[in-house]
Amino acid sequence: MATAARSRGEAFWWAIFSAGGVVTALLVPIHILILGFVIPFWWGSIDTFSYERIHALLSQPLAKLYLIVLFSAPVFHCMHRIRHTMYDTGWRAYATPLAFVCYGGALLIMIIAIITIASI
Amino acid sequence: MSEPYRRPISNTWWLKNPNYRFFMYRELTAVFILAFLIIFLWFLSSLARGPEAYNAFLQRLSSPWSILFHIVALIAACFHSSTWFNLTPKAVVVRKGEEKLPDAFLITPNYVGWLTISVIIFLIATWS
Repeated sequence: MATAARSRGEAFWWAIFSAGGVVTALLVPIHILILGFVIPFWWGSIDTFSYERIHALLSQPLAKLYLIVLFSAPVFHCMHRIRHTMYDTGWRAYATPLAFVCYGGALLIMIIAIITIASI
Repeated sequence: MSEPYRRPISNTWWLKNPNYRFFMYRELTAVFILAFLIIFLWFLSSLARGPEAYNAFLQRLSSPWSILFHIVALIAACFHSSTWFNLTPKAVVVRKGEEKLPDAFLITPNYVGWLTISVIIFLIATWS
């Protein structure tokens, strides 16, 4: 019984993990490129990344929805990976607290992200 | 009832075989992606706090540490994307008659989609 419940839980996390993997694979690299390189070395108009333009762009409801997806899915994906990797490298004895810290941490980051995104 | 016996495994089992190391490098990408998401969240919070905080954050983006971090994070994220895209033929098997469709038929559309989405996001971010 306990094993069946555990594997159902695992299937639930795996479904989120897999959706998170797709979102991460498709969306994260371009955002790293923009934030890390395009903004600091921008060759075009000075207005492109001005506060006024970026604020106008990201305060639209559709943009906020996009940002929430961009955060939630990868955060759970990453935390699931970190949890399993730690489990496989000597943290097996702490499986329950580890799951609590990883998924709890993911949930906390997600809540902070939603509050922040809503306040733009 | 007693626990089933588990053969003890050393914590460095993954160093012994190149395939295991590849697996670990892929798992490690999660740490850099997570770190980037926190920086990105910091960027959004500076945007929410107003022009002064926003401009101060943009200044920090051109520091050498920031550039170095983003180089590593970009490599990690692209590595993660490619491992994810290359997995498709393992998850989905498409048959054409008796023949199994070559892996490239399933993998290539992922890269095309990735490029298309990236270009669209880039244009939205920079088109004024």
